[in-house]
Amino acid sequence: MEIIDTSGLRLVDVHKSFGPLKAVAGISFQVSPGEVLALLGPSGCGKSTTLSIIAGLEQPDQGEVTWNGGSLANVPPHLRGFGLMFQDYALFPHMNVFDNIAYGLRMQGWSRDRLEQRVGEMLDLVGLPGFGSRDVNTLSGGEQQRVALARSLAPEPRLLMLDEPLGSLDRNLRERLVAELRQILKAMHQTTVYVTHDQEEAFALADRVAVMNAGHLEQLGAPQTIYTHPASTFVARFLGMTNLLVGEAHQGTVGSVVKTEIGDFPVEAHVLGRVTLLLRPDALRMDGTGSVHLTGELMGCSFRGSTCQATIAVNGFPLRFDFLASTPLPSPGERVQAYFEPSEALQVFLES
Amino acid sequence: MVKKRRLTLRTSHILWLAPLAFLSLFYFYPLGSILAASFARAKGGAAFQLLETLASPLVQHVVAFTFGQATLSTLLTLLLGLPGAYLLARFEFRGKSTFQALSGIPFVLPTLVVAAAFNALLGPRGWVNVALMGLFGFSEPPIHFVNTFTAILVAHVFYNTTIVFRIVGDFWSHLDPRLTQASQTLGANRFQTLMRVILPLLAPAIAAAALLVFIFDFTSFGVILVLGGPRFATLEVEIYTQAISLFNLPMAAALALLQLLFTLGLAVIYTRLSAGLARPLGLRPQRFTQRRLLSWRSRLIAALLVGLISAFLIVPLAALALRSFTQFQAGSRLASGIGAPSLVWTLDNYRELSINRRETIFYAPPSTAIAVSLGYALATVILGLALGLPASWALARDQNSTASRLLDPILMLPLGTSAVTLGLGFIIALDRPPLDLRASPVLVPLAHTLVAFPFVVRSLTPALRSIRPRLRQAAAVMGASPRQVLSTIDLPLVGRALLVAATFAFSISIGEFGATALIARPEYPTIPIAIFRYLGLPGAVNYGQAMALSTILMGVTAAGMLAIERFRIAELGEF
Repeated sequence: MEIIDTSGLRLVDVHKSFGPLKAVAGISFQVSPGEVLALLGPSGCGKSTTLSIIAGLEQPDQGEVTWNGGSLANVPPHLRGFGLMFQDYALFPHMNVFDNIAYGLRMQGWSRDRLEQRVGEMLDLVGLPGFGSRDVNTLSGGEQQRVALARSLAPEPRLLMLDEPLGSLDRNLRERLVAELRQILKAMHQTTVYVTHDQEEAFALADRVAVMNAGHLEQLGAPQTIYTHPASTFVARFLGMTNLLVGEAHQGTVGSVVKTEIGDFPVEAHVLGRVTLLLRPDALRMDGTGSVHLTGELMGCSFRGSTCQATIAVNGFPLRFDFLASTPLPSPGERVQAYFEPSEALQVFLES
Repeated sequence: MVKKRRLTLRTSHILWLAPLAFLSLFYFYPLGSILAASFARAKGGAAFQLLETLASPLVQHVVAFTFGQATLSTLLTLLLGLPGAYLLARFEFRGKSTFQALSGIPFVLPTLVVAAAFNALLGPRGWVNVALMGLFGFSEPPIHFVNTFTAILVAHVFYNTTIVFRIVGDFWSHLDPRLTQASQTLGANRFQTLMRVILPLLAPAIAAAALLVFIFDFTSFGVILVLGGPRFATLEVEIYTQAISLFNLPMAAALALLQLLFTLGLAVIYTRLSAGLARPLGLRPQRFTQRRLLSWRSRLIAALLVGLISAFLIVPLAALALRSFTQFQAGSRLASGIGAPSLVWTLDNYRELSINRRETIFYAPPSTAIAVSLGYALATVILGLALGLPASWALARDQNSTASRLLDPILMLPLGTSAVTLGLGFIIALDRPPLDLRASPVLVPLAHTLVAFPFVVRSLTPALRSIRPRLRQAAAVMGASPRQVLSTIDLPLVGRALLVAATFAFSISIGEFGATALIARPEYPTIPIAIFRYLGLPGAVNYGQAMALSTILMGVTAAGMLAIERFRIAELGEF
């Protein structure tokens, strides 16, 4: 007998269309209590719609959303006990910081004393003590973001949803807030669904990441798994792995051999026919170790701080690789010879 | 650099000269005369005399009625307008743009057309009464609508609902729907969300709309005079009665002073409120805030609401147009006193327009009124553009100069002054030396220009501002003199705005009633004056004439407003 764990949030085959547009086309996943799940994908992939469906702001055309095994189909948004932090925050402009954070508590009928104490705790938690009487319209982007977080956390939601909460902030602030946010969420053991189009954010924040594309799930797994083993060319491309070569796979001595425009490469998998081969951008070595070598012309190098990204034309085919900034590289225009280990550098996708 | 600056200033001064001279002579001088006249009743203790007049039971009654009817009209307008504003703000549906365009029509129609339209629908000779008399054999019209308080309220709601649609609907449509969603996810139900989030956020828009509606109802003249009948008098009507029927100019002046104070106060409050609309609210583009009507229930409610409002706004106008093509059948009851009344289709009402009936009390046939109105309207267009263009140009070229900041609100002042007050000012000030224009045919166009002037300036200034200085500089570098820059760059670019301004001037002139009623000469009536007279006279022929003239006026005004919508450059409008 199969035992299905139904605790936490579950989506089963959820569909949603807006006219001819299929925003969500058959999504299923589960978020366990205390887990942080990130929905990652490009804009328009259906991640925000999925969030709206979970919040009850949209009704699914098909499929089911359950909480601890109970269907939410007929539960209106205000009775779900979920918190949602909006992109651009949606702070109430006619209320000050205190009243914004207290809003959900007032809806639950908290007493004045408890409410004041709770709002105070929340302000401390997000690092804005004493901000209660401020006008929300005068806050900086980062402060607004913290108020929005405090507002959605204050009523102790069973599930917290965050919709691109850091989207409009500058890079420095974003990086700091990601770390703080993860700390807060884990400390509170907060079940969370986090929507973003930024892979770094998703990887840094989430226990598991669900990569979405055109309304369906491409891959669901731990950040490391997704990074080391992208499940499709879409995921690979979305993670910035652009060295994708179309080729023909034949039977080899151990696994298969993939014939591409820039040479033949051995792979461990047993595949035949048209495939796409991924050459990982961080797999090239300049120290001579590795069983396969690659020769090409160095087109140029762009400096990225601790790393630099080199474009190497192999048979006229531009490929991009990341090296540590300290790696000695020849001058642009000269030939380079580099090595790699196929088992860690190559991954094959069947042509779909 | 210094030289150039001085030159610019001098040009501006010349540009300001004509508009300011015009306003001084025909706005400030007449208003000053009203002021003088209201204090001039008795030598010594003039202020006391004035206070005594204003404290009289008659004035108290008129003021109370003016406030009362305006308050009630405003509340009813909100009652109808807010559900419609919600629908327009939050939903996409077929026919929405048509509905929006239709709802704007009543607002631009001359009051006399609206009065005639309700008369054609619900008056003693209107469709409903004629039909009821025909069906049930009543010997008297069973519905008494004209000359009732209800008629005033209905006409005011008819007029001003679109203000609520525009101001509240537009604001609402840009309100971020995620604020509502945020409230819901925080545990608030629909009612709590409405009371705590939506209404507080809409409050400034609702207050601004309500106040604007109130101002229009407060200064209502034609509607009260024609639909309310002799029993009802607002301040405007009382000024008219005192000046025209009772020849009590000092009393009229005292009332006008009161009216000026009230409108000024209301205008100041309105300016404050609409400034509040600019509060940072995280307004969103409409495409993010609107959705389709999904459930059958919501579609049904929306259809009912749209149908109801459309019917309310369209049926009186249709009744007017249709009634103008009908007459009582010869030998029917209202014509001869025997049998049920019945209407037949005919063009006689229009043919009759050019016939000068000996038995009428007028010196001229209605066709003369049409000719006079067209003449006045053309004169208003010419005067309005001649004065408005330099003023707008001066405003546009140094928009941040002290002169512009001071003069811009002054140019808008006529907008906040009631038409009847302007008319009275003309009567008092321009009737005697040094400026005796009593018999001059320019008197009426001058008044119309004053009313149209703010609209002309508001249409032209944004277009002139939109011309980038670079274009002028480029032309100048290539050898164009300032005058050539004007004729080759500015004028062609503002052509459309000129058309819009001209149409505004034309439409306002041809429909103006308040000021005209006080200053028009009896032998040169305008179309609204002629309609007013015919509606006040007994007899089927006179009624038919009123219907035909009103229909013509409605057609001309509607065409004018369509042209304005068509030619105005959307982003440049300042209304």
